[in-house]
Formats: sequence, structure tokens, C-alpha cells
Amino acid sequence: MDITVRDAVTVVHGMFFGAVLLLTVSAAAMGLYATCTPTSHWTLSPAQHRCLSLYLAFVALLAWIAVLLGAYAVYPWYRAHPPAGVTDLSGYPQRLLMSNPSTTAWHDIGMEWKEHVAWFAPISLTVVAFLFARYGHHLYALQSLRRAVFSLVALAFLSACVAGFFGAMLNKYAPVRGGSTMVLMHSQAAHGE
Amino acid sequence: MGSELGGAVPPNGAGAAAVLGAAIGGLVLGILALAADAVTAVGGLFNIWNPTGPLSGVTSIAILVWLVAWWVLSRLWAGRNVELRRVNFLAAAMFAAGLLLTFPPFMDLLQGK
Repeated sequence: MDITVRDAVTVVHGMFFGAVLLLTVSAAAMGLYATCTPTSHWTLSPAQHRCLSLYLAFVALLAWIAVLLGAYAVYPWYRAHPPAGVTDLSGYPQRLLMSNPSTTAWHDIGMEWKEHVAWFAPISLTVVAFLFARYGHHLYALQSLRRAVFSLVALAFLSACVAGFFGAMLNKYAPVRGGSTMVLMHSQAAHGE
Repeated sequence: MGSELGGAVPPNGAGAAAVLGAAIGGLVLGILALAADAVTAVGGLFNIWNPTGPLSGVTSIAILVWLVAWWVLSRLWAGRNVELRRVNFLAAAMFAAGLLLTFPPFMDLLQGK
């Protein structure tokens, strides 16, 4: 059982940071709802406020790592141009998608949207983390600010969902693959068993 | 309802600055994405790291604008209460425009493609 370096980095980008981001954003929304709405009976202690503030900062950090890894590690492999004369485009995902009219839209719409919309998530989540750290439980009394917080969480979740969906579909039609190979586990069949 | 964090509710100016700053960053991201897509020369200008291409410049400039806008608005509004409903409305419009401008079919529509 082996995996190429590019596969591994793409997996870490999407299936680790991307998936964990979606889970943690959902949990952040629940945490904020439980502690900051007027109907909430949960009175935050300073330690709980600090803990939830750190959690929201961690969620924002996850989003930053996901987009930076995507834009500066995976995307260059995705958009690499093949040398003249190369006919096997399997190592050049963008060119592979664009070589077939039935898959071109996955690049033209999917990647073109994903590469930009994903950045709304870390920006929104950074502001959410700041607002909670600054206002904390007082958000229950600040209706407009509370609405802004929940709208920003929704925006982050939506943009992460769009990026995640297209990332998964793009990798299905044109996987980012290549580089050296890492052996994760030796097959028993190779040992004659 | 009380809070152990207690005290008076702090002025909303710092929060409003953070929200509007992010919205400005989102709108700039959309505008720059459209500009890089529509004008090849502009796309070339944004190509500050070749492996990532124009995306590197588009996002770096948008982040810089976001942070500067946040800082400037914080300086203006810190310690004050501002009309947050108006700020929220403006921010929502900017975010919506930014999102639309990053959506390729809408980009193509604006460019008459």
C-alpha cells in the first residue's frame, strides 16, 4: 500500500484540514449558540470564555492552513503545464480536465470558484474568533453584533462546503498525483502469504 | 442574565470595524479575481509567485486590504458605539458582491462571454 507525495499532501489538505474544518465550524456554531443567545442560560466563567476563544482561534487557524496548503502546495501541481509533446496528461490535472469537453466545466467553474471562494472562510473565522474574544458573553446583549457573528460563521461554512465539494469532485476526475512514492504498509501478498 | 465576565457591555465600535473590514476584504477579493480573469495584463501583475499564478497576488492583496481596512476602522471606531445595523447591511452587501464576483458564470456574464 503506497501513496505519492502529491496524493498525500492533497489528502492532508482536503481530508484532514478541510474535513476537520467543517466539523469544527459546526461545533463552533453550536458553542456560540449555546452561550451567546438571549435565551441561553449558560453563564460563561472566565476560564470557559478563554477556552472557547482559544477553540475559535484554532478553527480559524485550521482554515488558514487549509487554504494556504491548497493555494501554495496543491494548486501549483494542479495547474502545472506539461512540456511540449507530452500526450499523457495524468500528471497535469488542469490540462487533463480541459482536454475533454465533458470535464472542462469542472475546471472552468469548479476550480475557478473554489480557488477564490475558499478564502472567505479563514477571513470570516478570524473575525468570529476576534469578536468572541473581545465581547464574549456580552454578545447576548448585542443583537446586531451577534447576528454578524452567526452570519460570518454561516459564510465560512458555506464557502468551506463549496471548496470541499469541488475539491473532492476535481480530485475524482483529475487526481493530483505524482512525486516520489511512500510505502504506507507492505502487502502480505508480497511476502508470499 | 448575568455573566461572570461581568461589567458593562463594551462599545460595539471594535466589532463593527472587524465586520466591515472583513467585508471590504471579501469585496476586494471578488473585484481582483474578476480583474485578473478579464484582463490578461492585470493577471500578469498579480502573478507574484509563478507556481500559484495570479491567485497569489489576488489573495495576498485582498488580505492586505482587509487587514489595513480593519486597522483603520478600528482606529476610527474603537471606544465608540456605531450604528451596527447599517454596518451589517453594508457588510452583507459587500460580502454578497464579493461572492458573486468570484462565481465564474457571473464573471463570464459581466465580461459578455
